[in-house]
Amino acid sequence: MPDTQLEHAQTLIKLGQPEQDEWALSRIDDKLPERRPVIVPLALWQASDADPQLAPWLPSDTVIDDELAATLAKAPLVAIDFPAFTDGRGYSLARLLRERYGYQGEVRAIGDVLVDQLFYMSRCGFDALALREDQHLDDALRALGAFSVSYQPGVDSQEALFERRLREANGG
Amino acid sequence: MYRYDTYDQTLVDERVAQFRDQMARHLAGRLPEEEFRPLRLQNGLYIQKHAPMLRIAIPYGMLSSTQLRALGEITRRYDRGYGHFTTRQNLQLNWPALEDVPEILADLAKVQMHAIQTSGNCIRNTTSDQFAGIAKDEVEDPRPWCELIRQWSTLHPEFAFLPRKFKIAVSGAAEDRAAIQVHDIGLRLWHDSDGSLKVKVLAGGGLGRTPMIGDVVREDLPWQHLLTYLEACVRVYNQFGRRDNKFKARIKILVKALGIEEFRRRVDAEWAHLKDGPQTLTQEAVDAAREHFVEPERGDVSEQATAAFEALRAENRAFARFVTNNVTDHKVPGYKAVTLSLKRREHAPGDVTADQMDAVADLAERYSFGELRVTHEQNLVLSDVPVDQLEALWQELESLGMANPTVGTLNDIICCPGGDYCGLANAVSIPIAQALQERFEDLDFLYDLGPIDLNISGCMNACGHHHVGHIGILGVDKKGEEYYQISVGGNATDDASLGKILGPSFYREDVPGVIDKVLKVYVEQRHDDERFLDTYRRIGLKPFKERVYA
Ligand code: HEM
Ligand code: SF4
Repeated sequence: MPDTQLEHAQTLIKLGQPEQDEWALSRIDDKLPERRPVIVPLALWQASDADPQLAPWLPSDTVIDDELAATLAKAPLVAIDFPAFTDGRGYSLARLLRERYGYQGEVRAIGDVLVDQLFYMSRCGFDALALREDQHLDDALRALGAFSVSYQPGVDSQEALFERRLREANGG
Repeated sequence: MYRYDTYDQTLVDERVAQFRDQMARHLAGRLPEEEFRPLRLQNGLYIQKHAPMLRIAIPYGMLSSTQLRALGEITRRYDRGYGHFTTRQNLQLNWPALEDVPEILADLAKVQMHAIQTSGNCIRNTTSDQFAGIAKDEVEDPRPWCELIRQWSTLHPEFAFLPRKFKIAVSGAAEDRAAIQVHDIGLRLWHDSDGSLKVKVLAGGGLGRTPMIGDVVREDLPWQHLLTYLEACVRVYNQFGRRDNKFKARIKILVKALGIEEFRRRVDAEWAHLKDGPQTLTQEAVDAAREHFVEPERGDVSEQATAAFEALRAENRAFARFVTNNVTDHKVPGYKAVTLSLKRREHAPGDVTADQMDAVADLAERYSFGELRVTHEQNLVLSDVPVDQLEALWQELESLGMANPTVGTLNDIICCPGGDYCGLANAVSIPIAQALQERFEDLDFLYDLGPIDLNISGCMNACGHHHVGHIGILGVDKKGEEYYQISVGGNATDDASLGKILGPSFYREDVPGVIDKVLKVYVEQRHDDERFLDTYRRIGLKPFKERVYA
C-alpha cells in the first residue's frame, strides 16, 4: 500500500508536551500497511501476529469486555477514534480501559480531536492526543490547563472534591 | 443555601476564562461556528430568532437576594431590563450581544452563578421541589442531594458529549412537585420501614416530540450509592443511546428499545464495577452538604399573631383569596411560604423586569431571610414568612403586580417563549396565554373551576410542558400557517399522565372559545368537588370532543 494512504499526526501531545510522532495511522480495513510502527483497525490488529510495531485503534462504538481487554493488554498503545468531536463514547472507552481493566500503555485520541476536548480527554485517561491537523498547538496546550480543580474523580485523581474537602477539614 | 468555597469559585472563574478564550478564538476565525456551537451551548448561549439568548443556571431553583439583584443589574446593563424564568427553574435573557457574554458570565461568577450546562447534550441543571426544606409532607430535604448531583455533573469529563440533553429532577416529599416522571432521570427520596433513606430511581421519562413517563430502574437504592449509580446510568446511555438520529437520541428511546429489564441489567452490570468505589457517599459527606441548608433562625410567632392573621383572613376577602391561593403551609407553625405570581396579562408568563427583581430582592431580605426559589410553574417563592407579616408582604406584592391570587388556577399558565422569540417555534405562545388570561380573569369563575394546569408550547419540543397540562396547547404549522392543537388529561404529579389530543387543530382566534367549551363540559359533568383531571379521567375524551367539534 502506498504511504499516501497513511495518516500522520501533525501534532501529538504526549503527557502534556508536544512530541514528534513515530506512529502512522491506517484506516484501511483489509490490508496491513508495510510501514512500521503503525496503528491499524482493531480487527486487523487482532488477526495479525504479535508485533510491537503494530497497534489497534477502536471505533467509538466498540464494546469493551473482559476478553477484548485481555487482548488489548498486549498492545503497545491503544488508539480510540472520535469520528466526530460530538461523539462522546470514546471518553467512556478510555475510562473503562484505564480504570476497569488497568491498561498501562499509551491511550491515544485520534480523529476529530479538537482543542476544547483535551481537558476532558486527559481526565478520562488519554495520555496521547493526536490533534486534528488544523488545530493550533498553543491553543491546545492552554486548553489542557483550563481547570485547576474538578468535582469528580477521574483517571488523573481518584478523589472526588467532596472527599478532598473532608480530608482537608480533618487535617489530612 | 449553598455557598461557594474557594474550589467552587476557582472553577467558575476558570470557566469564565475558558469561555473568554473560546469566544476570542471564534471571533478571530480560529473556531468555526459548528465547533463553537456545542461550547457556547454548554455555557447557555443559543442563537435565536432575533438575537442570542443566554440561559443562566439557578441550581434547583435556589436564589439569594444578592444574586437576584445582580441578575437585575445584568439585564439592565446587557439586555433590555427584563428576564424570563423558565420551567426548568432557570433565567433566560432574550437580547444579550454575543460579544458581551464572557462579561456577563464574569459578572455572574461574582455572585456565585454561572450558565454551565444549561444547554447542550450534557447533564443539565438539576431541578427540584420549590418547597424543599419547608414542606409539611417532606420526608427528606432534596437540596443537599441536588447539590451533590450538581457537583458530580458539573464539567463531568466523560459526559460532555452525550447523545442528547440529560435532565435530572429530585423530589423528597410525599407529593411530587418536581415532575420526576417526565425527566431523563427522576429521583425520589423516601424512608423504608426502618427509617433508612432510600432512593427510587426512574429513567426514560421526557417530553419533546416523543413524550414518555419514566420507568422504575430501582426502587430502593441505598443513599450511599447515589452518585455511582447515576454514573452507571449515564455511562450506559452514553455508550448505547442512539447517535444517528437526534430525534431518537434521548434516553427514553433507549429505555423503550431495550426494555426496562435489559436497561436495568446493563446499568447493574456497569454499577457492579463502580459500586463502593470513589464517590460513594459517606454520612460525613452528606452531613457536609446538609450544613449548607440549615434552618434559618426563625423567631417564635406568638399565638396572638396567628390569631390576628386568622381574624384578618376571615374579614378581608381580598387577603383571604391571596392566602388561599398563593400561600402554602409550612412545616414550622407560624410560618408560611408565599408564591409570587409572575402571571399578569401585561407580561409573558415568567417575565420579570429588573426593577421588580430589585424589589423582590428587598422583600426577600425583609420577609424571608434573603432567599427565594424559582418554581417550574414559572413563579417565585418566599419560603419563610411569619404569619404576622403576611399582610404587609401582600400589600407590597400588590403594588408590584405580583399578588395575583391565581396560583394553581387556570390563569397560572405555563408557557414557553414561542414564536415571539424562539427560532424553532411553529406558532406564538405568549399571545395565546395573554388571550386566555384576558378571557378567564373573573376570580370567582377561576376558583369555581379549582386547580387546573394549562400549559402552552409553541412546538413539539414541549418547553411549555403541554403534554402534562390538564389542558395542553401546542402550536402546529400547517402549510406555513399557525394552528393550535388542544389536549386534555395530562398531569405532571404523582399519577403522571400524558394528555390526549382532542382532534383537528384550531385557528388562534378560536382557542379561547374552544377552551371555554372544554371548561363547560367539566362544569356540567363534575361530581361535587371533583377536580378537572378526575372528571376527565371518569368521563373520558368523548364528551369534550363532541362539544368542541359540534
Ligand atoms: C428559546 C429557546 C429554546 C430552544 C431553542 C429550546 C429547545 C428545546 C428543544 C429542541 C427541546 C426538545 C428536546 C428533545 O426532545 O430532545 C426542548 C425541550 C424542553 N425545553 Fe426548551 N428550548 C428553548 C427555550 C426553553 C424555555 C424558555 C424553557 C422553559 C420555559 C424550556 C424548557 C424546556 C423543557 C421543560 C423541555 C422539555 C423537557 C424534555 O425535553 O423532556 N426551553 N427545548
Ligand atoms: S416549545 Fe418550541 S417554540 Fe416553545 S421554546 Fe421550545 S422550542 Fe421554542
